[in-house]
Amino acid sequence: MSEEVTKNIIVRDDEDYIINMGPQHPSTHGVLRLEVCLNGETVKYVIPHIGYIHRAIEKMSESDTYKQIIHLTDRMDYLSAHMNNEAVCLAVENALEIEVPKRVQYIRVVLDELTRLASHHLWWSAFGMDLGALTAFFYGMRDREKILAIFEESFGSRLLHSFNTPGGLMHDVHPDFQKHTMEFVRYFRKKLPEYKQLLTDNVIFHNRTQGIGKMSRETAIAFGVTGPSGRGSGFACDVRKVAPYGLYKEIDFNEILYDEGDSFARYLVRMDEMEESLNILEQVTDNIPEGDYTAKMKSIVKLPEGEYFQRVETARGELGIYIVSDGKKFPYRIKFRSPNFSNLFVLNTLAKGGLIADLVAISGSLDLVIPDIDR
Amino acid sequence: MNSVIKYFTDIYKGVRSLWAGMRVTGKYFVRPGEIVTEQYPENRATLKMEDRFKGEVIMPHDKNNQHQCTGCGVCELNCPNGSIEIITKKVPNEDGKMVRVIDKHIYHLSMCTFCELCIKTCPFNALAWGQDFEHAVFDRSKLDKVLNKPGSSLKKKEAKS
Amino acid sequence: MLLDIYSFSTLTASINKDLHAAMTPWLAVATELVLIGLLFLTFYALLGLFLVYLERKVCAVMQNRIGPNRVGKWGVFQTIADLIKLVTKELIPIKNADSFLFNLAPFIVIIASFMAMAALPFAKGLQAIDFNIGIFYIIAVSSLGVVGILIAGWSSNSKYSLIGAMRSGAQVVSYELSVGLSLLAIVVLSGSMQLSTIVESQANGWWIFKGHIPALIAFVIYLIASTAEINRGPFDLAEAESELTAGFHTEYSGIKFAFFFLAEYINMFIVAAIAATLFFGGWMPFHIDHWEAFNRVMDYIPSIVWFFGKTFIIIYLIMWFKWTFPRLRIDQLLNLEWKYLLPLSLMNIVIVSFVVLMGWYF
Repeated sequence: MSEEVTKNIIVRDDEDYIINMGPQHPSTHGVLRLEVCLNGETVKYVIPHIGYIHRAIEKMSESDTYKQIIHLTDRMDYLSAHMNNEAVCLAVENALEIEVPKRVQYIRVVLDELTRLASHHLWWSAFGMDLGALTAFFYGMRDREKILAIFEESFGSRLLHSFNTPGGLMHDVHPDFQKHTMEFVRYFRKKLPEYKQLLTDNVIFHNRTQGIGKMSRETAIAFGVTGPSGRGSGFACDVRKVAPYGLYKEIDFNEILYDEGDSFARYLVRMDEMEESLNILEQVTDNIPEGDYTAKMKSIVKLPEGEYFQRVETARGELGIYIVSDGKKFPYRIKFRSPNFSNLFVLNTLAKGGLIADLVAISGSLDLVIPDIDR
Repeated sequence: MNSVIKYFTDIYKGVRSLWAGMRVTGKYFVRPGEIVTEQYPENRATLKMEDRFKGEVIMPHDKNNQHQCTGCGVCELNCPNGSIEIITKKVPNEDGKMVRVIDKHIYHLSMCTFCELCIKTCPFNALAWGQDFEHAVFDRSKLDKVLNKPGSSLKKKEAKS
Repeated sequence: MLLDIYSFSTLTASINKDLHAAMTPWLAVATELVLIGLLFLTFYALLGLFLVYLERKVCAVMQNRIGPNRVGKWGVFQTIADLIKLVTKELIPIKNADSFLFNLAPFIVIIASFMAMAALPFAKGLQAIDFNIGIFYIIAVSSLGVVGILIAGWSSNSKYSLIGAMRSGAQVVSYELSVGLSLLAIVVLSGSMQLSTIVESQANGWWIFKGHIPALIAFVIYLIASTAEINRGPFDLAEAESELTAGFHTEYSGIKFAFFFLAEYINMFIVAAIAATLFFGGWMPFHIDHWEAFNRVMDYIPSIVWFFGKTFIIIYLIMWFKWTFPRLRIDQLLNLEWKYLLPLSLMNIVIVSFVVLMGWYF
């Protein structure tokens, strides 16, 4: 057996000293239960128990039209709500071979990157809090607030803005959208060095994350760990590069890759991605062309009989959506390949043999959103 | 000897990185002008929600207590989670013919997910977003609202010129 | 001398005289003990409330927030409201817990911090007991608190509490060494363990200036080690909320929880007060040798203001640490002590002895 497999084997024993982290625990960031077996402070194994927030989104989608599914996908990975919406929209648009107006593509990219930034802000805040740096939490939240204000201005809601619809957008963005986005980009460029001083360069932070939870490239591929967590192990899995969708073919940006595979590498990937998102925003925001905000669509969308697959890069990894259609207005079956589900189950391999505090650092660096795991 | 030098450079570098962090928090401590807290109940008078803010679904009425809802039921059909119920009744119009008009447009705010599909699909633009967000109540039944005001009627279509 | 205007010794002496004139000697002593006890209880409670309020405000400003602002102007009565809430809350009995030890633990913790406070010189002539081994007493007493924490963790019948208590035990036992050794540097410099003598010895300049390099090293080590000893700041492993929810006091509620909470803040005051007394001259005003006019001006500020001013500056430093740094891991915490702080403080003792032998201090 390969090393990746043997490392994941769990041998239970009646004498095990087991503590339950969760479902209510400050560092699981949601209703996830980790059954942690300890030997002193050393972790012997971790068994994640999921399903506390299962809402049967896939089953509910089978009785919703394609336009109605959008609002359900918001609630999976609520921090990348826009990307989740986009995945459904792109799948439907590709199936119907609809040409989306250029303006919509531009706005979608801006929203993608703003959502990614907001999500990484929240991750940075929560990661700092997991490691005990409470002030980091408030600085991250402070800057995230500015993005949410932009969202609220244009979509009316701050987190779950069901703004995409197959064929385009629900309505046009606010006239001040570009101005405020560029203001935020300038503002955040000034604040980013503070993040570096407060956490990235901190010697205690280095000690807590460097060499902790090492994940090899093979392990990442074996478990299907995607997104920044996978790229921290040198696994080039950015869907924006691998299978470009929307406008990403025409944008000049780098895929961030680190080879170390520890918690610190995963941290650095996200920090660099924030910078990269700012670069993309600077390229795109000022060049949004005039035009329609939606393509001509029939009021009832029906997909031709067949199977369709679309993947997008959310803030946490690769979201795949697989639609089986029997030609009716409801999908016959929808399957979401959610990034967090795969990212969670590598936890045992990474945390085994470490300390309890390392487990917190590792689960923080994997950046899990629990509703996306359970769906 | 190298290890001794490394020992002391480690200490120096560590202390310097810690000081860099303390400078950030210290800077904000002496600059309290950066406080971002919204003092909510106090700033209620000045609080201005965005025009597009999704507080609740409302049915705008004009000064004659007239709305634009014909009771066609498209919003009920499009709502993904059954937050809207349309109850219609038949009343005679001026010609004496029985026509269907809206009796009650029931909106369950407790079930609404603010997806905007009802507003978007309404063929008569009868629905809109309201900016009120203070929805806390002690009884869930208070969240079941009737959107058309009592005594209201359908707005007459202006004659096309 | 001007200093005597603000001295509390005339006041305390006259009270003592009046009491002895009015009653038999043993009754007079007993009355004095009760009076001092009541005085300390009041001071303790008020100080605890104020420190909690201060901490919440300081961290709020650092984090771009406002902090408590609902109860009273600027939320000044917030902590009193919290106290009332804690007092009226139910004390939840824990199933299968060792109830005797479970109830005893908060008292051990709070008594330990009480006892340490008795030896602190708050102002000129304002000191409950002036031991001739004052420093030794304070170190000995302040390490008693960990017994309470260990008992709390063990008797709670909770796994999180047990881990927290074990961490705290390992942490306090190791950091005791550095605290003791760094305080020893000042004992060597001043040649006494009596707190009043140490304060008097700084009449012509504080030890942090007179003792230059070794005193500075000792101060930095003391600040780090004492932060660790009171389970605070980046060393709050015993109650690391992201790992152990609340550590050793997970299962406590109501006033018993408040005891732990209060003791933590009073301990912070005590270590800051010791640092102020030993390194920054306690209640002694800022004096520079041979600058008579300047010294005279400084003497106009009452000694109690000097003491509390210095103490709160050090408390602010400790809070600043806490609200900036991430938490250490348990093995790194012990590494820091045994690989860095302990060798440095041992080295420092040698340096300070050498400095004293050669008379290279002011």
